[in-house]
Amino acid sequence: MSALLEVDGLRTCFPSSAGALPVVDDVSFSLGRGETLALVGESGSGKSITALSLLRLVPKPGRVTAGAVRLDGRDLLPLSVGEIRRVRGRRIAMIFQEPMTCLNPVLRVGDQVIEAIRLHERVSVSEARERTRTLFVEVGIPDPEERLSAYPHQLSGGLKQRVMIAMALSTRPEMLIADEPTTALDVTVQAQILELLRKLQRERDTAILLITHDLGIVNELADRVAVMYAGRLVEVAPREALFSDPLHPYTQGLLRSIPGLARPGERLPEIPGVVPPPDQWPTGCRFATRCPKRFDPCADIQPEEIEPARERRVWCHEVERMLAIEGAR
Amino acid sequence: MISLEPHVWSNLMVVALVGVGLGVVRAIRRQRLWREAAGALWRRRRVAIVIVALYVGVGLLDSIAWKGGVPEGVTGVLPNAPLTLIDRAFLDTREASYSAPFADREFYGGRPLRHPGSHWLGTDILGRDVVYMALKGARVALLIGGLTSLIAIPLALLFGVGAGYFGGRFDDVVFFLISTLASMPGLLLLIALIMVMGRSTFSVCIALGVTSWVGFCRLSRAETLKLRELDYVAAARALGVSEPRIVFRHILPNLAHLVVITFVLMFSGLVLSEAVLSWLGIGVDGSWGQMIDGARNELSRDPIIWWNIFAAGTALFGLILSVNAVGDAVRDVLDPRTLREDR
Repeated sequence: MSALLEVDGLRTCFPSSAGALPVVDDVSFSLGRGETLALVGESGSGKSITALSLLRLVPKPGRVTAGAVRLDGRDLLPLSVGEIRRVRGRRIAMIFQEPMTCLNPVLRVGDQVIEAIRLHERVSVSEARERTRTLFVEVGIPDPEERLSAYPHQLSGGLKQRVMIAMALSTRPEMLIADEPTTALDVTVQAQILELLRKLQRERDTAILLITHDLGIVNELADRVAVMYAGRLVEVAPREALFSDPLHPYTQGLLRSIPGLARPGERLPEIPGVVPPPDQWPTGCRFATRCPKRFDPCADIQPEEIEPARERRVWCHEVERMLAIEGAR
Repeated sequence: MISLEPHVWSNLMVVALVGVGLGVVRAIRRQRLWREAAGALWRRRRVAIVIVALYVGVGLLDSIAWKGGVPEGVTGVLPNAPLTLIDRAFLDTREASYSAPFADREFYGGRPLRHPGSHWLGTDILGRDVVYMALKGARVALLIGGLTSLIAIPLALLFGVGAGYFGGRFDDVVFFLISTLASMPGLLLLIALIMVMGRSTFSVCIALGVTSWVGFCRLSRAETLKLRELDYVAAARALGVSEPRIVFRHILPNLAHLVVITFVLMFSGLVLSEAVLSWLGIGVDGSWGQMIDGARNELSRDPIIWWNIFAAGTALFGLILSVNAVGDAVRDVLDPRTLREDR
């Protein structure tokens, strides 16, 4: 299967007084058509920056310094400004975390979707308007005709997120980047939006890169999961495999800290400490400072990528050692 | 360009302004939201709107001029000079006298007036009717306020939004320019500019414009800095919207309320600064500022000659107060961030 999107050795740096800090370092993954890959990690693990790097939208002064982002085999990073603009929205669309602030407050929501359509396709205003109306029906906005001429402040958070989804899907992109699409919404609306995303993905065969820290959402939506920690991938695995048999100590810690899995009355296990800031990342495995299973090489030597099973990748000295022991037996 | 006499240009401007005004009214009536906003504005500030409209009306009437048609026996008018509608309305009272309001005799000499009681607010020391002068001042004030804002606001937006959005070298240059201009005493710069360009309404407007754009430039730069980091600008970029389009569609409309507020505050401020310039002797001819300046010395006479300064001051005060009131309401009504469903 040839992947729709292949990210290879992506590295994004932010300058600092201590030199360029690789906030995203050596991140590689691929995404097939119609597939959902969840990028999971704590705040500050670099998952949002990874997503922004794909479309070259990293806020200044950050910069993608190495790697390749291939969409259908074509690298996006060396493209000209005009060319990358035709990829943004047209082939890869994005949904943001905060529907409250992602719509221009002084323009009608309908006009904003119409703008998105007409930006990439030569259609008349009335045609774009008709398509927007259909889209609004598709994403489940009641009274679509009336909502077309509503201003963002007249819509609820859930409706705004639906408008954002309509806008992102308006040009039938092959891939959708959803950056914490439900974080700002309350739980019932979250479920509706997730259901909507799943339905739309089925209908249109859209690939979704889902960025989240909510493992519940991952479990509902993702086909495969990539776990990030401090700017690096630590584990990539199919969803079932990851949830039933997490290999990396960080993934194990994350899964243990889901409330539903702890026994009632018991204190929820946590991973002690916080993600260190980029300028204090250890030279070896970046999780070394918090890892319960660390041993000699962890602090100094960067773990290599190992493939313990088909479609599974993990970066961990401990896993490597265990595999070596098993192999020797 | 075809050379036309000034008063013909002035007449054409009246036609153009009325045309633009009707166009705006039609545009507002066609869109539901604008119509509602206009309705809300009218409900809130009826009186102020009527007052501003009166001033504008007087200003327009004072801009329609033609030559000839002066009845026999009228003195104090240059032959073959273009006279405006306001000039013509005051032709019969225009006798050189120095009199109090509603007086039938002039001061000192005691000579009886030809039209007793016709100088409603008296005359000044040169014998000019005070009501007439106050009415003439409306056009000058509107011209100064409007023209200067038209110069200063686009200038400020160009530099402010450009510097805020694109940053880098351009921002450095603009900020240097702003700091330099802001560190010069405004009044000195004004005087210097007017000295260089000569004294005319237009050069006063340019001088005032050059000295007054800095504040709004700073404001729009800061606001743009804030806006360009907002999620919907990032979202627009992620949709593939080009940079100029982001500026025109996502930044500028969000500055619209600032433009309106600034226009109003600036407008009244500019009319007031013209008064200061007149006091220094470099104002525009026929302005309320000059009237006040002329009346200043008369205040020390006995009995006090109060009506000159009273008329000019009241006219100035009335315009500025009602413009401020309207502007305040315009902001409340137009800014979508303060829009509520229940209104």
